[in-house]
Amino acid sequence: MSELRELYQEYVLDHGKRPRNFRAIEGATHRGEGYNPLCGDRITLQLLVEGDVIRDIAFSGAGCAISTASASTMTETLMGKTLAEARATFGAFLSMVKGEAEPDYDALDKLAVFAGVAEFPMRVKCATLAWHTLNAAIEGAEAVTTE
Amino acid sequence: MRREDFPALEQTVQGEPLVYLDSAATALKPRAVIDAVTGVYARDCANIHRAVHTLSQRATQAFEATREKARAFLGAESTDEIVFTSGTTESINLVAQAWARPRLGPGDRVLISGLEHHSNIVPWQIVCAQTGAELVVVPITDEGEVPLEQVEARLDERVRLVAMNHVSNALGTVQDAAEIARLAHAAGAKVLFDGAQAAPHLPLDVRALDADFYAFSAHKLYGPTGVGVLYGKRALLAECEPYQSGGDMIRSVTFEKTTYASLPAYLEAGTPNIAGVIGLGAAIDYVEGIGRATLHAREQDLLRYGTEALSSIEGLRLIGTAKRKVGVLSFVMDAAHPHDIGTIVDAKGVAIRTGHHCAQPVMERFGIPATARASLGMYNTPEDLDALVRALHEVRRMFA
Ligand SMILES: Cc1ncc(COP(=O)(O)O)c(C=O)c1O
Repeated sequence: MSELRELYQEYVLDHGKRPRNFRAIEGATHRGEGYNPLCGDRITLQLLVEGDVIRDIAFSGAGCAISTASASTMTETLMGKTLAEARATFGAFLSMVKGEAEPDYDALDKLAVFAGVAEFPMRVKCATLAWHTLNAAIEGAEAVTTE
Repeated sequence: MRREDFPALEQTVQGEPLVYLDSAATALKPRAVIDAVTGVYARDCANIHRAVHTLSQRATQAFEATREKARAFLGAESTDEIVFTSGTTESINLVAQAWARPRLGPGDRVLISGLEHHSNIVPWQIVCAQTGAELVVVPITDEGEVPLEQVEARLDERVRLVAMNHVSNALGTVQDAAEIARLAHAAGAKVLFDGAQAAPHLPLDVRALDADFYAFSAHKLYGPTGVGVLYGKRALLAECEPYQSGGDMIRSVTFEKTTYASLPAYLEAGTPNIAGVIGLGAAIDYVEGIGRATLHAREQDLLRYGTEALSSIEGLRLIGTAKRKVGVLSFVMDAAHPHDIGTIVDAKGVAIRTGHHCAQPVMERFGIPATARASLGMYNTPEDLDALVRALHEVRRMFA
């Protein structure tokens, strides 16, 4: 049960219910579509990038609490960051939720609330859907699916 | 049946006694099945139909005894009509490729329903693409039923085959298979039933149903994984082209000419899953020892109990409310996504399935991404459903 509380912290439940930056961006420069066919989670991610800086980032779609909260927190974290910083944060986040490394709490900041996902291998895909979609959006790939 | 017969139930999950409510995905195995499978490897370990030595004779006899058990289980006329496969999926693919493909062409139709498992959709999509035939889908109602008049409305001389599940895995709906077969035959079509979810729950009689083909999997019937049965009327199986080719399916081979074995060996190329088939024999014995009518009656009581218990939870909606159902309770909750439900109830030791259940068109029909699904096996009790209900109240508390 304590692992469950770790996974569903108040913060996660809050962002799952009331996601931040849950909207569309007029004149977005980047766009990504993510889909997890196993659980039906869908996300559309949009970015407004000027030079190398993410001026705006927002998402829409439907998913479980973990995938929605993860997308919400991702947009908050990356707002105003450079693309290079976004890529580095993606790497740190991935290795945290896969349990591959001791989390780098400085780099991850608020994202560290998702550390508990590592105890739930079946939920890693939920937590990473938004991030894989981000990666596809900034690398210009079409659509991603995680399953 | 005693719960003690199922060793998997003797464990705790996350510190709680296991409550297994995912038998539609795969059923737990009684000790008799486990012993039959290990007995093959530990004792009667030999290839079948090949050697005169004692071990091979024992293995061959046990293997062929299962064919007789499967014949009786299905009410088939002859063991020649029982083909062992790797599962329902392979049974359907066999019919699609070996029987339907050589017979279909442009202008022909295959009729399925909107309630099918992917394994009764994709093989037909493929064979239609290969032959130019058209796949036609009968829509389902809000209750999750396939209305007979909708089936009838799509039946005409263009339809060569009707392929439908006997029982839906996603919603538990029981189809009126006998009536579907009658309508299909009246239009000159053959009929295949995907019986993966029917075999564990209903008494079956393929001759009373007048099924042309009938498929099921051992693992949902308390047997081993990787084994299935295809029943086909003898004349139809004889019409099949070779499905796979190699050893066991031939009578004689020279480089100039090969003659084929007779049924059912003709459709069973290569060394089969010997231990798995023998395990299926033990599973059939186990189920018949209790009696399918008894199992069915018990399960209907439990289904009623579970339907009421779940319906009493605020914000919970059952998906699939057909008049005739087996023990499948698919649902969504306002409070939480099915995936979150699955994780939270697992922490209480309750195993349910979440997702699209390999039936994405069904999810689309109801406008939902997924459901949570509790499905019943013979070992389940009202207490198991009480544990589920308690866990679902925990979900509501967490997401309140
Ligand atoms: C209705 C139905 N058809 C077909 C299948 C496929 O069975 P198998 O995976 O054993 O081949 C299943 C199993 O999930 C099922 O429930």
